[in-house]
Amino acid sequence: MHLGVSESMRECEYSQISTRSSTPMETPYKKRTPKKRKWEAFPGRNKFYCDGRIMMAKQTGVFYLTLVLILVTCGLFFTFDCPYLAQQLTPIIPVIGGVLFLFVLGTLLRTSFSDPGVLPRATSDEAADLERQIDVANGSTGYRPPPRTKEVVINGQTVKLKYCFTCKIFRPPRASHCSLCDNCVERFDHHCPWVGNCVGRRNYRFFYMFILSLSFLTIFIFAFVITHIILSSHRNGFLKALKDSPVVVCFFSVWSIVGLSGFHTYLISSNQTTNEDIKGSWSSKRGKDNYNPYSHGNIFTNCCAALCGPLPPSLIDRRGFVQSDTPQLASPTNGITMYGATQSQQSHMCDQDQCIQSTKFVLQAAATPLLQQQSSEPVILTASPENGVSLPGRTSLALGGPCTSLPLGQPTPPTSTPSLSCHEATDIHPLQEPVAHHHFLTPEEVPSPPGMLHCGSPLGHSHTVQAGFYNPASQDSLHEDSVRGLVKLSSV
Amino acid sequence: MAETHSLQDMRPQAAVAAKVFIQRDYTNGTVCQFQTKFPSELETRIDKQQFEETVRMLNNLYAEAEKLGSQSYIEGCLACLTAYTVFLCMETHYEKMLKKIAKYIQEQNDKIYAPRGLLLTDPIERGLRVIEVTIFEDRSLTR
Repeated sequence: MHLGVSESMRECEYSQISTRSSTPMETPYKKRTPKKRKWEAFPGRNKFYCDGRIMMAKQTGVFYLTLVLILVTCGLFFTFDCPYLAQQLTPIIPVIGGVLFLFVLGTLLRTSFSDPGVLPRATSDEAADLERQIDVANGSTGYRPPPRTKEVVINGQTVKLKYCFTCKIFRPPRASHCSLCDNCVERFDHHCPWVGNCVGRRNYRFFYMFILSLSFLTIFIFAFVITHIILSSHRNGFLKALKDSPVVVCFFSVWSIVGLSGFHTYLISSNQTTNEDIKGSWSSKRGKDNYNPYSHGNIFTNCCAALCGPLPPSLIDRRGFVQSDTPQLASPTNGITMYGATQSQQSHMCDQDQCIQSTKFVLQAAATPLLQQQSSEPVILTASPENGVSLPGRTSLALGGPCTSLPLGQPTPPTSTPSLSCHEATDIHPLQEPVAHHHFLTPEEVPSPPGMLHCGSPLGHSHTVQAGFYNPASQDSLHEDSVRGLVKLSSV
Repeated sequence: MAETHSLQDMRPQAAVAAKVFIQRDYTNGTVCQFQTKFPSELETRIDKQQFEETVRMLNNLYAEAEKLGSQSYIEGCLACLTAYTVFLCMETHYEKMLKKIAKYIQEQNDKIYAPRGLLLTDPIERGLRVIEVTIFEDRSLTR
């Protein structure tokens, strides 16, 4: 059926629409702009190669060092020791060495180049929906910071799901946010600089096989180099034999690599991540009833699950093409608003820029009604809801607050906005000291190593002060204060 | 074959009234499962049983994709032995299941959800975080 656009909206809502006349605006638009691949618009701090096929962390220097060490050690072994050993003992030695070497390289490259299980960030609609749910759950008197955790019972254990302010999602269990790569990673183990990537759900088995095969390779090389030295020292003398072999590198790496393999074998058999083990999440020291809810019960099943289980595909579509804008909502009837700056394509803005922009907006919003306010109530620095004073309870949001994209679309009253970190030198300063120290160490915000601290640390030094604290003596002083605050904040 | 339509084509014309997100259900661990709780916004549009049936079916399909069985073990061992080159010519079980899920969602959209002005988005497009249900404005009622 050939219908005009307006008619189709009224009559044929759900019936066939001719594709020729349907999108006069969209098709030429698509032809005008060159299609970008999704990896080019990826918001995390990753590096991509081969048009999105290869994904690594930002700092890859140590990875190249690893490669060089392996190549040089094996190169020396094959050049100097193998001919002698092949002659004296058996030619199978270099063959086994070669196979091991290739396996090590293969698993290393696979670990380094694959997606560890990065969770894509929430779309703006999702984030808005979550914010709305959190506000509703919090009630209208939202002076307490919204509890950005969700509790869920998994196999009898209560697990807390934390809200990730960067990715705007509630992290699934066992996921963690890597501050180096700026991504949430599923089943996050650790960020390995030697491999130049995070180790997570999708590449843990490759990582384990890499360190296991590397242990075998180093033990193999070490053993046969010693054999070579012993055999040739019978003839030539010990010192000359020692000169010809790469013993030293092997000696140190053997113990560290073997130790690491042993540690990860333990982790696999108990189905824990390095993260969980370091934090002691499932250790019996925490409580008698504390056990690992993810373990399958026996060691064999745990090992099989980790190493031979199904390999989930990548959730971030690196080589797909970026779609043109998602459809805008007709009207914000349910309070669903679109964040101006949070379209996925615009996520180039780093979090600090967003912090600054949203802080500026809030300061402006805070300044306006205060200018209209004529009554000068004394500034009370205790729990007075009108002022929205920063309380210890609120401070846990303080670190995360500026890093969230504050609801730009919602006309929230200034006193209910999260505390801002403005460096202000006033007489309230001494009173703020204990609060500042306290909020820097709020348990909720002291994360495990890959935490949100990268966002919080520059702001940890400033004090939580809201623009409305000051008894607005005059319009000028308020403006001055806001400007000073902005300058200080943007210089962070 | 006659031109088939899909709500994706007509998105620019029909206005989106709201979006509902079905979140993940973590009570069984990290396995991909979605909450079967019926959202209140869909009460006027679709039958509760129908919707819950769709979500339950999706949960079953995802459970099968992540199942630890002999098939997945064999596939894993074979892959390891061939240094994962076997996946250049073969699809993993998980990928096969994802294709099945995509087909199922398309089929559900065409048969059940599109006539009611709803659209289910494949969770894989949202990083397996949510099932996004787009509610279109029902202008047929305001004629």
